[in-house]
Amino acid sequence: MNVHARQPADGLAETVLIVPGMHCAGCMGKVERGLAEVSGVDAARVNLSARQVTVRHRPDLTGRDLVAALDAIGFESQLRRGALAKSESAARPLLAPLAVAGFAAMNVMLLSVGVWSGAEGATRELFHWLSAAIGIPAIAYAGQPFFRSAWGALRRRRTNMDVPISIGVLIATGLSAYEVVVGGRHAWFDGALMLLTFLLAGRVLDAMMRDRARSGVDALLSHVGHGATVVAADGTLGWQATDALAPGTVMRVAAGERLAADGVIVSGGSRFDQSLLTGESAPVSAGNGDLVMAGTLNLDDPVDVRVVAAGEDTTVAEIARLMQASAQDRSKYVRIADRASRLYAPAVHTLAALTLVGWLLAGAGLYKALVIAVAVLIITCPCALGLAVPVAQVVASGALMRAGVMVKDGSALERMATVDYALLDKTGTLTLGSPAPDKAVLSAMPAHAREVALALASHSRHPISRALAAALSAQGVKAAPLVDVTERAGNGVFATWTDRPGAPRAVSLRRPDAASGIAVSLDIAGDPAWLIPLADPLRPDAREALARMKALGIQCQILSGDNAAAVRDVARQTGLFGQAAASPADKQDAIARLQAMGRSVLMAGDGLNDGPALSKADASIAPGTASDVGLQASDLVFVQPSLLAVPRAVLASRRTMRVVRQNFALAIGYNVLAVPLAMAGFVTPMIAAIAMSVSSVIVIGNSLRLNRATRLPRLAQARGQKAA
Amino acid sequence: MTSLLVLIPIALGLGLLGLAAFFWALRGGQFDDLDGAAARILIEDDNEGRGD
Repeated sequence: MNVHARQPADGLAETVLIVPGMHCAGCMGKVERGLAEVSGVDAARVNLSARQVTVRHRPDLTGRDLVAALDAIGFESQLRRGALAKSESAARPLLAPLAVAGFAAMNVMLLSVGVWSGAEGATRELFHWLSAAIGIPAIAYAGQPFFRSAWGALRRRRTNMDVPISIGVLIATGLSAYEVVVGGRHAWFDGALMLLTFLLAGRVLDAMMRDRARSGVDALLSHVGHGATVVAADGTLGWQATDALAPGTVMRVAAGERLAADGVIVSGGSRFDQSLLTGESAPVSAGNGDLVMAGTLNLDDPVDVRVVAAGEDTTVAEIARLMQASAQDRSKYVRIADRASRLYAPAVHTLAALTLVGWLLAGAGLYKALVIAVAVLIITCPCALGLAVPVAQVVASGALMRAGVMVKDGSALERMATVDYALLDKTGTLTLGSPAPDKAVLSAMPAHAREVALALASHSRHPISRALAAALSAQGVKAAPLVDVTERAGNGVFATWTDRPGAPRAVSLRRPDAASGIAVSLDIAGDPAWLIPLADPLRPDAREALARMKALGIQCQILSGDNAAAVRDVARQTGLFGQAAASPADKQDAIARLQAMGRSVLMAGDGLNDGPALSKADASIAPGTASDVGLQASDLVFVQPSLLAVPRAVLASRRTMRVVRQNFALAIGYNVLAVPLAMAGFVTPMIAAIAMSVSSVIVIGNSLRLNRATRLPRLAQARGQKAA
Repeated sequence: MTSLLVLIPIALGLGLLGLAAFFWALRGGQFDDLDGAAARILIEDDNEGRGD
């Protein structure tokens, strides 16, 4: 059975795989061709934006075969859970309204130009009727995203930017329709449609950016991954997906595998890496009868684990509860555009009312006074104001994405800009999160020892062997020729090395007899044994990144779930002070305390245990290697190893908010000029159209400056440190 | 005046044609994978064509 496949009518199954490593034409070609060569595959089609490939194949081919085929050509992939669910795009539903508004705006503008250049009598009336015939249905259709949002806000007795937009558009349309019927001089359909076109274009761009960030994060999430090898009562082995694991099932967990469910060890004993779950970097030993948690990594020996029911008191359930509570806090945040419209809407509506009353008092007829009041409403319709925030954020998010930072949430940059205190998780955030062999020891080893070590390490898929092999290959070491290689689970790799003919030497790479921390022992018969310690290194540029945070006026602190000794080491290396052994709830409390003191807190973290803190903080950022929970809870995700992404994101968000404020000033400045004209009754549809497009273009032009928002200024001090 | 009666329907008709073409493309999935479409042109198709 293949749960990830669905069967179209022609008897072929369709499977969707996520391939995070695809990012160019070459990758697309390789993946499509590689899959097409697998027998039983009918066709493969890549969707590069979503980092997915859709494969049509014979039903007897399973998803795991396809994953193996992709693995063989060098692409890691995962089956997509729920292949039928098409990824929801925020931009797509806006494309059709944008097209309609654009079409109608252009055609009505064409007719309006005729009217402005002096069309009279029957011609003008014909043009107005045509404009109404195009404009009214187009506004009714294309305005819906705004009307719906405004109605939603009004119903909850709130106001947002869409309220003044909707009122302006509806009143302009209503007045124009009346003018057309009575054969009046001015119709404002062109202005209303142009407004809708500009605003929709801004929103489509915004949504496209968000879509792109989301599909990037989506590709990083492990959609399936986790299943387990299960041992049946008669001893036969099978494979079961995580959700199918029932309490009582016995899983066999090989070294280097993550546990798919909580359970009790029934046979064997091993050490477990719980860093994603608790932040603890030192492996924890567990033996017969001990409870081990889902998400932990088995480091040494294969063990059999009996699944226990996931109760309310498991760590994972507790974390989920904490996260839910803080997600509600965050939804109370009011975006800057909505805050602006709280002041703006009452102001312009009062102005329009005053204009009406003023003209009536001055002795004008009701009709004339109404027309002028409506002109005030139309001219203050916040075209540039509506673009001020989204365009700036789109440009900044685009620049950040090119710099390797994905902005998941629209309000994230606004919240990020206010940050003045940063809490950094240690394992996986300040450090890379995976152990790397000590460079000093490696370079002290003789060349032949390094060659043997690489050869032995490359024969094992154990995480420590892989880390060692990666480090040695990066140094340009070539593997020594080995024969009789055997891997003994939980012990190490053993082989015979023949450096000279006739002089075979037994070599091994194995678990040391006694060592604190993680280490591996390299034995070569005739040589003294080498003990290679492994440690979790700091991210490259961590010190420079922290210096830059300081330059930005942000106080940094380590907040880790790891033990005090490990935190002390990193604290000494980075010059920060830190809090150790913090539980998920402790982390959340630490943030709440800072927030109560009036600080605005940035949380940077990756683990499951950081989830509650990430959603509690004012803004949050996670590395791309983070746990699923970390990726989902954070506002921003950075995909490069360098920690410089954090100061870069803060800097870009501050620059964005500066441009947003400039945009507001430009938009309101235009209103300050135009409103007196409108109140005096001088504004015609032509003036409104020109003013509207000029102010929009200025705001867009100003926002485009954010293309360079991610540039870091020079930092003399940090450079000195780097050279030292 | 008579020229307007001819030209305006032509202008509107052409506009509508463009709008219809856009909707056709939207429905046909042309906007589903904008990055992929941009990159696909660079894939070398030297081997025999495959069905999609």
